[in-house]
Amino acid sequence: MAIEDSHVRRAAHLARLAISDDQASGFVDDLSRILEMVDQLQSIDTEGVMPLSHPLDATQRLRADEVTESNQRDTFQRCAPAVENGLYLVPRVVE
Amino acid sequence: MQWETVIGLEVHVQLATRSKIFSGASTAFGAEPNTQACAVDLGLPGVLPVLNEQAVAMAVQFGLAVHSDIAEVSVFDRKNYFYPDLPKGYQTSQMYHPIVGPGEVEITLEDGSTKHIRIHHAHLEEDAGKSLHEDFHGMTGIDLNRAGTPLLEIVSEPDMRNAKEAAAYLKAIHSIVTYLGISDGNMAEGSMRCDVNVSVRPKGQEAFGTRAEIKNVNSFRFVERAIAFEVERQIELIEDGGSVVQETRLFDPDRDETRSMRTKEEANDYRYFPCPDLLPVVLDQAYLDHLRGQLPELPADKRARFQNELGLSAYDANVISASRDMAEFFESVHNVCGDAKQSANWVQGELSGALNRENLSIANSPISARQLGELISRVLDDTINGKAAKEVFQALWNGQGESADEVIDAKGLKQVTDTGAIEAMIDQVIADSPAQVAQYRDSEPDKRGKMIGYFVGQVMKASRGTANPQQVNGLLKEKLDALL
Amino acid sequence: MYEKTLTQLAAALKSGEFSSRELTAHYLQRIEKADGKLNSFISVTAEQALKQAEIADNDRAAGKAGLLTGIPLALKDIFCTKDVKTSCGSKMLDNFIAPYNATVVEKLNAAGTISLGKTNMDEFAMGSSNENSYYGPVKNPWDLKAVPGGSSGGSAAAVAAGLVPAAMGTDTGGSIRQPAAFCGITGLKPTYGRVSRFGIIAYASSLDQAGPMARSAEDCAHLLGIIAGHDGRDSTSVARGVPDYVENLNAPLSGLKIGLPKEYFGDGLDPEVEKAVREAVKVYESLGATVRDVSLPHTHYAIPAYYVIAPAEASSNLSRYDGVRFGHRCENPSDLIDLYTRSRAEGFGEEVKRRILIGTHTLSEGFFDAYYTKAQQVRRLIRQDFLDAFEDVDVLMGPASPTPAFDLGAKKDPVSMYLQDIYTIAINLAGIPGISVPAGLAGGRPVGLQILGTHFAEAQLLNVAHQFQQATDWHLQRPAFAEEYA
Repeated sequence: MAIEDSHVRRAAHLARLAISDDQASGFVDDLSRILEMVDQLQSIDTEGVMPLSHPLDATQRLRADEVTESNQRDTFQRCAPAVENGLYLVPRVVE
Repeated sequence: MQWETVIGLEVHVQLATRSKIFSGASTAFGAEPNTQACAVDLGLPGVLPVLNEQAVAMAVQFGLAVHSDIAEVSVFDRKNYFYPDLPKGYQTSQMYHPIVGPGEVEITLEDGSTKHIRIHHAHLEEDAGKSLHEDFHGMTGIDLNRAGTPLLEIVSEPDMRNAKEAAAYLKAIHSIVTYLGISDGNMAEGSMRCDVNVSVRPKGQEAFGTRAEIKNVNSFRFVERAIAFEVERQIELIEDGGSVVQETRLFDPDRDETRSMRTKEEANDYRYFPCPDLLPVVLDQAYLDHLRGQLPELPADKRARFQNELGLSAYDANVISASRDMAEFFESVHNVCGDAKQSANWVQGELSGALNRENLSIANSPISARQLGELISRVLDDTINGKAAKEVFQALWNGQGESADEVIDAKGLKQVTDTGAIEAMIDQVIADSPAQVAQYRDSEPDKRGKMIGYFVGQVMKASRGTANPQQVNGLLKEKLDALL
Repeated sequence: MYEKTLTQLAAALKSGEFSSRELTAHYLQRIEKADGKLNSFISVTAEQALKQAEIADNDRAAGKAGLLTGIPLALKDIFCTKDVKTSCGSKMLDNFIAPYNATVVEKLNAAGTISLGKTNMDEFAMGSSNENSYYGPVKNPWDLKAVPGGSSGGSAAAVAAGLVPAAMGTDTGGSIRQPAAFCGITGLKPTYGRVSRFGIIAYASSLDQAGPMARSAEDCAHLLGIIAGHDGRDSTSVARGVPDYVENLNAPLSGLKIGLPKEYFGDGLDPEVEKAVREAVKVYESLGATVRDVSLPHTHYAIPAYYVIAPAEASSNLSRYDGVRFGHRCENPSDLIDLYTRSRAEGFGEEVKRRILIGTHTLSEGFFDAYYTKAQQVRRLIRQDFLDAFEDVDVLMGPASPTPAFDLGAKKDPVSMYLQDIYTIAINLAGIPGISVPAGLAGGRPVGLQILGTHFAEAQLLNVAHQFQQATDWHLQRPAFAEEYA
């Protein structure tokens, strides 16, 4: 499946990556070659094969419903770029 | 043209776990911003989710309560999108293999009739944080305390045909989750939130119309108002030659209207895929049986029993069974006094009125079920009359006495049923009211019935309300008529 | 001191030949002297290391020392280390001081080992040459023109150069085994789930696994015994007892059945590498093993499947780097979208962006089934290839990489770089363990023999690798750099 400029721009938008026009065309080239390589998958018959998400056939363990964490806001916010009154700040979000 | 409305609801219920769905942070409401957001909730680098067993148990309990198939294997997926209240850039949810499969809920309408609404599925997911839009120098503040609170999203089939049905469905879900104790159901605090899918179609048409999804409809009342507005908007639009677009709309309770948030064309592509940090959740039969064994009697069963075995009206049975606390209070009252109808009247009337006035829940009622039951017993065995009963109720409510009997004794409210004593009071009233007696005597016979009220009032007053009103009535009539 | 293996150093510390403080100072000095040329460390935590060493010496004096108490190590900069910068090789996290330790780090601390610092790596572990680091490329101590491999290139180069006796790496598609091969050291990728991933910055969650990189299989056995085990904070970590990996090292190999996957000896394999690997297999035959050819028919689909699955998971795992709660944030964002797009564009390097874009594209509407579902189906077939093979043989052997270390800047095209991992990538898709051991030189650059076992066969792999190292001394060979510069 060929990848086009619009696909790359759409992916960049969904992934929230700013890319210039130059970069976009570079990515179109790179991604085309990568996906061409990936397209080899289409030659395998996988009819009836269950997709495998985890390498082991393990199941989810459950955690007891206990509060084990205490307030570490100050520690966690030490590496935050912008906080005020304990809140993380972002440019105004319009609802 | 005749229009038909088609409604489906997505109800988000915050599960009443102590800790979050994937972390050990507290879920308590109302803490200082970001003090209950741990590294996992904040999506810091390298941290991983581990599933809370109680969240799973609660989802299963709900599924069992609505007769759903519980998935033997359910899988968490990632729903990918960027938003400041979504720390990891994805919400962990269940898209393809939800824990609760198809089921159904019985709703009761105002006329007492019932209808079944099908549940499409219910799935577990994590709640997002909150954006605070107060002005921080033109910035928005993000509080992630709520991030990671377990949610059960309950998705109905489009089985509702008007706003009343939708509200009844929402109430039924509210009843079930509070009966199960899996949520506090507090809509004001956002423990239960609702998105409404609404479309209209010409009556008789099979195909659904284009639907709009109304977000953020967070009270029973708003559900009705939002639907009413939206239905009118869609019909007007179509009748004016336009067409409804599939879009997300926001209900604004202040203006009583819905307005467009985004259309499908701008809709996100969520790129769901199985969360690689979580493994499939596998539940066995023994586990399901264990939880099934722990289910309480559910609202629909209680309602049926109240109606069929206790003889309550459909209306009473529905109102009382809607809340587990109220139903259980009622049952305790009934156990004490033995009269279901009286118990229902008192619980819905005097008690509910008093609770509402003081904004108390029935769980915090100052008057206990035993006290109320004994009070009703005293009415039933004619120890006190209805008027005195209200006084006893008020006294018990105010804590002036441990039991109805104690209050009756202390206040001397025991009903006077001794004919001699009542006759003495009547004689005195007649002697003290020559003018009224004369008037009674001069009246047409069919007017006298009304006039007797005056004398009854005087006698009751003389007895400080304790005389048996039926006896007073009968004796007065005899004595007055004897004067004619 | 640096000539010794970790196992020998432990013995020397125990016998009192030198103190942990002396040993730590010795390695810190070597780093100071040589790392300007190698660039194998992103952060050196000298002060903290010396303090830890002193505690270790005191513990030893008090009779509280464990086997590895006082041994200096290095950690790939992907492991979160409390109060120490944890960059993951990215500008995005250049300012990130982790508020907690990875479970692996906790376990190493509890064992009394000492961290000398954080090693260089390909950004977010995406790369096979360590040229994708925000902190610049790492050089291979065997030849400073050559890459050390990646993504755990800093760990491999530092161990090879004798700047640290052992280091921790992570392996998502070969990131421990390939750099171990390129730098002539021993590197083990355990079974998926054997070692906790908690606190390890995620690249592709269903593939990532941490493991030791050291001079010998014996060293790796000691380290794996410490870091392996169940962790309640990682749902994918396996609740299964940890065997004594050292105890089993000397089991005889007579009767061992070795399979040689024919697909691992095909086109593109450097003849000198092949020769070294076949020589190594002969050594095993001389030790009593039998050898047969086997087939892993889906081998060639491993790279295509990997370049769907890993970028898909990565595109989602890397969404948390949004400039809001930690990490790089652009200057004066005009609005929310600007904050996101510019912070991420500035914070991530080219290869990371490329993989985010691939992953986003292949997961998006209209492409998901053709790419993602298909790749997951092929993943099952690839795993089945291995499970079938292990019905017939005990271990599989082949080259860790088709070529020895290539020159810096030699592979400009991403696809040619990806194809480097042809022999390592399927192992992560299948979740099985693999180890790379030094098995010779090709053009003066080391060759790695890769040994694969079935799920949880680490003890066997270490035994098989150790017996080879008892019979040969490739693992003890050092690049001249180790003496010349340090």
